[in-house]
Amino acid sequence: MPVTDRRILLVLALVLAAFPWGVRAVGAVSHYLDVMVFAGIFCIVNLGLSLLMGFAGQISLAQAAFFGIGAYSSGILTVQFAWNPWAAMPMGMVLAGLVAWLVGVPALRLKGHYLAMATLGFGVIVHIVFNEEVRWTGGPSGLVDIPGLSVAGTPLRGEIAWYYLVWGTVLVALVFCLNLLHSRVGRALRAIHQEEKAAEAMGIPTARYKVQVFVLSAALAALGGSFYTHYVAFLNPGSFDLMWSIRFMLMVMVGGMQSLWGAVLGTVLMTFVGNEWLQVFADYEVLVYGSILLGMALFLPDGLVSLKSIPVRGWLRTPRSSTEGTQR
Amino acid sequence: MDSAWLQYVFAGLTTGSIYALVAIGYNIIYNVTEIINFAQGEFVMLGGLLAVFFMEGCRLPLPLAFAAAVLAVGAIGLAMERFVIRQARNASVLSLIIITIAFSILLKGSAMFGWGKDPYRLEPFTAGGPLLFGGAALQPQALWVLGLTAVVVVLLSLFFRRSIYGKAMLACADNPNAARMVGVPVRTMVLLSFLLSAAIGAAAGVAITPISLMEYDRGALLGLKGFGAAVLGGLGQFSGALVAGLLLGLAEAFCAGYLSSGYKDAIALVLLLLALFFKPEGLFGSSEAAKLKRF
Repeated sequence: MPVTDRRILLVLALVLAAFPWGVRAVGAVSHYLDVMVFAGIFCIVNLGLSLLMGFAGQISLAQAAFFGIGAYSSGILTVQFAWNPWAAMPMGMVLAGLVAWLVGVPALRLKGHYLAMATLGFGVIVHIVFNEEVRWTGGPSGLVDIPGLSVAGTPLRGEIAWYYLVWGTVLVALVFCLNLLHSRVGRALRAIHQEEKAAEAMGIPTARYKVQVFVLSAALAALGGSFYTHYVAFLNPGSFDLMWSIRFMLMVMVGGMQSLWGAVLGTVLMTFVGNEWLQVFADYEVLVYGSILLGMALFLPDGLVSLKSIPVRGWLRTPRSSTEGTQR
Repeated sequence: MDSAWLQYVFAGLTTGSIYALVAIGYNIIYNVTEIINFAQGEFVMLGGLLAVFFMEGCRLPLPLAFAAAVLAVGAIGLAMERFVIRQARNASVLSLIIITIAFSILLKGSAMFGWGKDPYRLEPFTAGGPLLFGGAALQPQALWVLGLTAVVVVLLSLFFRRSIYGKAMLACADNPNAARMVGVPVRTMVLLSFLLSAAIGAAAGVAITPISLMEYDRGALLGLKGFGAAVLGGLGQFSGALVAGLLLGLAEAFCAGYLSSGYKDAIALVLLLLALFFKPEGLFGSSEAAKLKRF
C-alpha cells in the first residue's frame, strides 16, 4: 500500500474514532451515530461494488440482491434455526459468493449493456423469490424478531457499540481491498478495465479475475446485509429491490468509482442525504436520486474525488506514489 | 379445465404483443445508435398514464387522447436524445447505461409526482362483452392490442424498406461513418429513432391499460421483459422480436396458469438470463453475426 493511501487511512481512522465525541458536542448523538451505522454498512457493500465497477469495469445492478441474500441468510438461520449470528454471517457470505459464482461465470462473458441487463434481471428474480418464499422469508410482511449481535457474551446495545463494530469492519475491509488493488490482481483488474483484449494477450486470465471480483463483491455485500439484519432486527423485501441496487451504484458514483476513498466518501455523503436531508421529500426522493445520478454521469463521471481543488491533496501527495491509488 | 389452455393462449398473446412492441422499441434505438435504452419501459408506462390524463382530465375522445399520448411521449423521447444522450456522445458504455437508467428513474419519479401510486384504469377502446371461443373468453380490447401490434409491424417494415428515412436509418445502423459520407444526416436519424421508439412504446401503453391497468412503477419490469424479447429474437431484428415477444407472453401465461402466479414475472426473466448466457445471438440469429455486434 503506497504512503498516500496509508496516510488517508490513518486520517480516516482518527476522524472516525473521534466522530462520536464530535457529535456529542453538537447534540443528537444517537441520531447521527445511527445514520453513520447505516453508512458503514453500505460502505462494506460499496467497497466491493467499487472494485467491480471502478476497477474491473464490470457493471452490476444486482448488488441489492447479494445484500439481500446475506441479510435473509442471517435472518432465516438465526430466527428459524436458532443459529448463532456470528455463524450465520459467514454462511450468508459463502452462499452469496456461490450464487455470484454460478451467475458470474456465464454473465461476465457478457459485456456492457448485456451484462447490465443480466444482472438487473437476476436482481429482480432474487427480489421475487424474497417476496414469494413466504414460509422462509415471511414474504411481503417481512421477517421479525431477529436477534441482535453480542460480543464476548455481552449483547451489543446502543448506536455507539454498533458504530465502532461496523466502522472497524469497514477499515479492515478497506485495508484488504487496498492491498488487493496494489497487488498483481489489482494491476490485472485495471488492465481489464482499460482494454480487455490487450490484457488477455498479455496472459492475464481475464475471465477468472472478473468472476473472482464479482464473487468478492457479492460476499462483501452479503456481509453488509448480515450487519443490516441484526441492526434493524426486521427484514422486508422492499430493502432489496432494484432501486437499492441503483442507490448503491449512485453512492459509489458520487464519490468516484475509480477510488475506494471515493466509494467511502460517496456512501457517507449519500447516506446522510438519503436518511437526513431528503426526508422532507418523502416519496419523491426518487426524483432527487435520478437528478443526481444523471448530473454526475453527465458532468462529473469520475465523482467528487476527481475535483482537484481539495487543499489536503498537497499534503497527501508524495512524489513517488503519485501514479498509484487515488491519483489515477 | 379443458378450455383453460385456450384462455392462457389469449392472455399470453395479448401481453406478448406488448413485449414485442417494447422489444421493437429497443431494436430501433439499438440499430441506429448501439445504445440499449433502459428507459424503454417507462415510455409504455407514460403512454398509458398520459392517455388516462387526456381522456379523463381533458375529456378528449379516445382517438385524440391516443394520438396526444403517443405524441407527448414521442416528444419526451426526442428531449431525451437531444438534451441527455447527445450531451454524452463521448461517454463510455458504462456511463451511457447509467445515464439511461437515471433518465428512467426520473421519468418514474415524475409519474409518481403526477399520478401518485394508485393504478389507473382506462375504458376499453370499444364497448361490449367478451367474445367466446371454444369455452374461452376473449376481451375485445385484446383484439385491439393484437391489431395495433400487427399495424405497427407492417408500418415499420414498410417504413424501413420503402421510405428514404427508413433506409437512411438502416444505413446508420450498418455503418454510421459511411452513412455520413453519403450524406445521411446521422444526428437527425438518431433523433428520429428515439422519437419512433418512444411513440411505439407509448402506443403499447395506451392499448394495454384497459386490460392490465397502469401505475407509475410498471416501467422497469415491462422494459426488462421487452428486452428479453429483443434478445431472444436477436437484438436488432424486428420479426424476431415479434415472435420472441409472443413466445415470452405465452410462457408467462402458461406459467401463471399451471405453475405459480407469484413466479409469473420471474419466468420471463429466467428465459432472458438463459438467452443471454447460452444464446446471446437470439433464437434466430447466427453466432457469427452476433460477434460483430458492439454494445
